[in-house]
Amino acid sequence: MKTKLITAVALVAASSLALAGCATNEGSTTGGGLSGTLTGKGASSQKAAQEKWVADFQTANTGVTVNYSPDGSGAGREAFTAGAAAFAGSDRALKTDEMGAGKFAGCAADSNALDLPVYVSPIAVIYNVEGVKDLTLSPQALAGIFAGTITKWNDPAITATNPDAKLPAAAINPVHRADDSGTTENFTDTMNVLAPSVWTWEADGLWPDGLKGEAATGTSGVVQAVTTGTNMIGYADASQAGELGMAKLLVNGTAQSPTAEAAAAIVDNSPLESGRDANDLAVALDRKAEGAYPAVLLSYAIVCQTYKDSATANLVKSYVGYMASAEGQAAAAEAAGSAPLSASMQAKVKAAIDSVK
Amino acid sequence: MTKPVLETSATDPDGMLASDGPDPKRHGDPVFRGFATGAGILILAILAAVAAFLLFQGAPALIADPATLTEQGYGPFWAWVLPFVFGTLWAAILALVIAVPIAIGIALFISHYAPRRLAQPLGYVIDLLAAVPSVVFGLWGGLALAPAVVPLYTWLNTNLGWIPLFSGAVSGTGRTILTAAIVLATMVLPIITSLCREVFLQAPRLHEEAALALGATRWEMIKLAVFPYARPGIIAAIMLGLGRALGETMAVSMVLSGSANITFQVLTSNNPNTIAAVIAQGFPEAFGLKTNELIAAGLVLFVITLAVNMVARWIVSRRAAYSGAN
Repeated sequence: MKTKLITAVALVAASSLALAGCATNEGSTTGGGLSGTLTGKGASSQKAAQEKWVADFQTANTGVTVNYSPDGSGAGREAFTAGAAAFAGSDRALKTDEMGAGKFAGCAADSNALDLPVYVSPIAVIYNVEGVKDLTLSPQALAGIFAGTITKWNDPAITATNPDAKLPAAAINPVHRADDSGTTENFTDTMNVLAPSVWTWEADGLWPDGLKGEAATGTSGVVQAVTTGTNMIGYADASQAGELGMAKLLVNGTAQSPTAEAAAAIVDNSPLESGRDANDLAVALDRKAEGAYPAVLLSYAIVCQTYKDSATANLVKSYVGYMASAEGQAAAAEAAGSAPLSASMQAKVKAAIDSVK
Repeated sequence: MTKPVLETSATDPDGMLASDGPDPKRHGDPVFRGFATGAGILILAILAAVAAFLLFQGAPALIADPATLTEQGYGPFWAWVLPFVFGTLWAAILALVIAVPIAIGIALFISHYAPRRLAQPLGYVIDLLAAVPSVVFGLWGGLALAPAVVPLYTWLNTNLGWIPLFSGAVSGTGRTILTAAIVLATMVLPIITSLCREVFLQAPRLHEEAALALGATRWEMIKLAVFPYARPGIIAAIMLGLGRALGETMAVSMVLSGSANITFQVLTSNNPNTIAAVIAQGFPEAFGLKTNELIAAGLVLFVITLAVNMVARWIVSRRAAYSGAN
């Protein structure tokens, strides 16, 4: 009887606390004066960051609901083009033949789309080899390992860059993503750009057919396979690598670690794609850029130059503006382990967003 | 069902049953009849709706030009789906090869060997195994089983590597099709076991006693009196298990290192993926024709499962005459 009473009291107390919590949330001033619902769709790589952005933005602007469905970059671009989403998250910019005034149902008839870089994440080469603490790989060795032409850990191509490491004479077990992903697309692109003679496949979200190697589902699957297996190597978002060793990549004679600074540097040191409208910030990633870590996933927010609906335009400007701001980038770095955009890139994105009508 | 009642009432000399007009108590009959018929029609309608959905959504991939599919999808449909069809069947067959002898053994133990005090709890445990969600089996398979079997696989490869099945480079993680088949076998085991147990328990007591009276040992009695009677039941159980193994998604997707290739080697990292796992892995990022191709692959899986079930029914009906069930 007594326990029942106590439980009941505790329940009442808990629920009133919960209600009070709701009330404080709702009672606060509708900051920013914005209201309405904003729908975004796209890259699952931005998922963790978008969740954080949405939470922060909705706390600051209590009248606004932001929905971001991480259905994939392709689905996001398709939905944006069809006008079903006000903005898209995409692991690549729209190609020039996908752009053009009047092609986007949600934009004004004379409006083109803008590609705005908002999310940068270094892709780490993770490995699990007993007794090896430090590993540096040349692009040729990296591509050779994943292409299956380098099969032993003590291959001269690997020992050359790691004279001090105790590399075993064991077989290399490379792990790749089984699913379609932007991580794979950027990783294969890196190998294709840096070691084109070894990695002859073009960048693709799906791993090329017919290559040897272990396949695992999702970032977590790859990390798990590398962790539990023996003599493993794989690739995953650097923030998800956990305790695993991360290899340095040799670019222009310098060993680069997958740090936030080295990843953000590649966006700064790469030129914008030519032949685009002003304020379209599609970056022609230069993976050989000086002082930059080459394997980087750069994800965009795609918005209209001019929206059909001015209320939507205001919401997009305000939300995407927050994403690219210093606070937004810091929040994403904390929640998703991304690399914050540099101040100069933040300023460029801000100028582009200010031009949105 | 209502006819005999009406006939009796018509011949009832006193008219006691017929003359009262509609009996309020009889409303249950048409209501229940309507409900049962409706349920029967509903399941057919659902099946037809699923088939129609798969056909309409998959059709663009089936009729599209191979060049367009290479550009916008995963490649020409039949060439793309073939390794996965093989992988689906191969994983399911391996699983059955492992599961069926064990399942029949457990079922026989419960029905004919175990003391009653042990048989009942064991039966419960087997049934409980069927209630474990597949994602749990997937976690167990990927995190516990796969690393644990690597030494065994290495041993098999070194000592029995001359058998094509065990040749090739051993996987470093153990996430091979053999591991996936072991997980699948664990999942289909309870289905096959409980059905077989029911069938074995129904074997005519008189046949069994007659066999024993003729001097048969217990094993000979089972061979003579139980197995012939139970054969269609066993086959039906195997086919139900096969159906589950063919369609299993989560566990395979979490355990198997699958790609698009056709190989009979069971210890390497390069295994054929299954259709269900391919759909689960591809769908989150798929759009346009890729979505259509994945749905068309679902249609192929649907047809395979239907075919398996039809073959099962055909076998059961063919054998029924000899089973001793009649």
